[in-house]
Amino acid sequence: MLAYILRRILQSVIVMLVVALVAFSLFRFVGDPVSTLVGQEVTIAERETLRDQLGLNDPFPMQFASFIARAAQADFGISYRLQQPVMELILARLPATLELALVSGLFAFFFGVTLGVYTALNRRGWTSSAIMTVSLIGVSLPTFLIGVLLIWVFAVELQWLPSFGRGEVVDLGWWRTGLLTPSGRASLVLPAITLGLYQLTLIMRLVRAEMLEVLRADYIKFARARGLSNRAVHFSHALKNTMVPVITITGLQLGSIIAFSIITETVFQWPGVGALFINSVRTVDVPVMAAYLMLIALIFVVINLIVDLLYFAIDPRLRIDRSAVRH
Amino acid sequence: MTEPLLSVRDLVVEFPTRRGTLRALDRVSFDIEEGEVLGMVGESGAGKSITGAAIIGLIEPPGRIAGGEIWLRGERIDTLPPERMRRIRGKRIGMVFQDPLTSLNPLFTVAEQIIETIRTHLDMGEREARERAIALLDQVGIPAARRRIDDYPHHFSGGMRQRVVIALALAAEPELVIADEPTTALDVSVQAQIIDVLKEMCASRGASVLLITHDMGVIAETADRVAVLYAGRMAEIGHVQGVIQNAEHPYTRGLMGSIPTLTQSADRLVQIPGAMPRLNAIPDGCAFNPRCPQVFNRCRVERPELLDRGNGRRVACWLYDEAGVSGPGETAGERTGSQDG
Repeated sequence: MLAYILRRILQSVIVMLVVALVAFSLFRFVGDPVSTLVGQEVTIAERETLRDQLGLNDPFPMQFASFIARAAQADFGISYRLQQPVMELILARLPATLELALVSGLFAFFFGVTLGVYTALNRRGWTSSAIMTVSLIGVSLPTFLIGVLLIWVFAVELQWLPSFGRGEVVDLGWWRTGLLTPSGRASLVLPAITLGLYQLTLIMRLVRAEMLEVLRADYIKFARARGLSNRAVHFSHALKNTMVPVITITGLQLGSIIAFSIITETVFQWPGVGALFINSVRTVDVPVMAAYLMLIALIFVVINLIVDLLYFAIDPRLRIDRSAVRH
Repeated sequence: MTEPLLSVRDLVVEFPTRRGTLRALDRVSFDIEEGEVLGMVGESGAGKSITGAAIIGLIEPPGRIAGGEIWLRGERIDTLPPERMRRIRGKRIGMVFQDPLTSLNPLFTVAEQIIETIRTHLDMGEREARERAIALLDQVGIPAARRRIDDYPHHFSGGMRQRVVIALALAAEPELVIADEPTTALDVSVQAQIIDVLKEMCASRGASVLLITHDMGVIAETADRVAVLYAGRMAEIGHVQGVIQNAEHPYTRGLMGSIPTLTQSADRLVQIPGAMPRLNAIPDGCAFNPRCPQVFNRCRVERPELLDRGNGRRVACWLYDEAGVSGPGETAGERTGSQDG
């Protein structure tokens, strides 16, 4: 078990190093940092001195090593555009993105599993067919369109919910949350649905397919032959087996919800990391882009690790139990 | 004679398909007496497993019981509402499936699965049910049951898992156990052990067994009576010794001839020419007539019913219909009057 975790962490570190290489390459290939730092009137000799001071004339491995060393201490330098430390900028906006991602992830997971189980158990029902048809629309509509449609219906026509921003936020010192105020919660609804809808349909279809597969399994037949109630067969035996693959996908989807919140944040002018990234791309703010890349990679790697550990909790076959294997 | 434990009368099971309705079972009738082991043999697709599924009420839709009756100790069970039938499953009729590797839910410990079954049917607390589960595992021959009970199915070998499955099937003391090919998926070396365990467990509880298999050896050693199915119809039923030593239906005779024996040295095993008809192409008359070595005209037009041949033997074959107008004469004469002891 411990060896397994260590091996997975080592793999994660390798992934992070590769991503760091890509992020670092941004600095070298997207424009010349010196020309973005200094004015046009600076002489070539002065530029060379600056280049030396910044360590830009060092060989590639050395520069990369110092980039890694600083990144490991969460130091990604100063934003070209805003002239503030990149980490400060990102940390200030991260709560907004994480809250949005978490709420929409929970929304997608809860409704996805519920609807998936329902449509699997009532396969031939009229409601199931309706849900499946609607979910097809959910899968095929692009996120921004769903966002705009929701704004039109619920913000413009019905005027039930705000169409942009985060509402009032409460500053907890290190975390600015919108979950504690009514306007903050109301502002969260539309973006969370927009961001989570695609994942919802994906999880629902996955749960449905898995559950139908599991319901055909011998152990389900045997569970029925033992006279267990439908409730026990469906929600204890079948659902638990269904959840094994669903958890992987859901975990990975949570990563992509965070990573691809960019579009939703843009549509709803959500003050999160995604919006920061979009603005940075526009102005070629390389340090912010590099930091964002590393951050998203880190989130993916951490979620993956958690998913793998969850597997152990759910599926006993994976627990490496040497004492028992010998029998 | 007392009332049989289980009585199946003219059971018909149909599967509607796009190309018409398939009859998987066609007017099958048999009884199982109290404490009796009834073997059921036949080729794959003859309807053995469907019979078991029909009795326990678990025919996979769209299949359905289209006719006939199933009585369990005087109570008709094929028309019970699903919830009442569920209470009979596990409690009064237990079932053992073919593949022990897939019969147990891999994500639950053996303890969880047995205790769950016991508590579904018997009014017992967790602790009491656990003790009972340990006792059951001990009886089916799981060594160190008290320690092993909290293991997961994958910690057990195939043979051990089938023991666990038997313990599960018998957890609520059913009166009837349906064992659907309980040894087919196992190593030859453990097959005999599992049959012994099954037999012993049922005998000590006085439970009857419907043993479905295509292994005549298992039937010969275990069953009291044997029923032979062919293309969803009953071909012959009778006491095991009698049927094995003196099969009357030509199909049964072919089946017995295909068993290798040590005493009889033959270069080739006897085989029945041809194959069992598909369910959508069962010939008129006797279903076996295209392959039967003793076929005559009547077999091709009229379907034979089970004829009582005395001493509990019943055979569905026109060879033994003495009242028949177009009897074959010598072949039938050779066989008539042969009684088994």
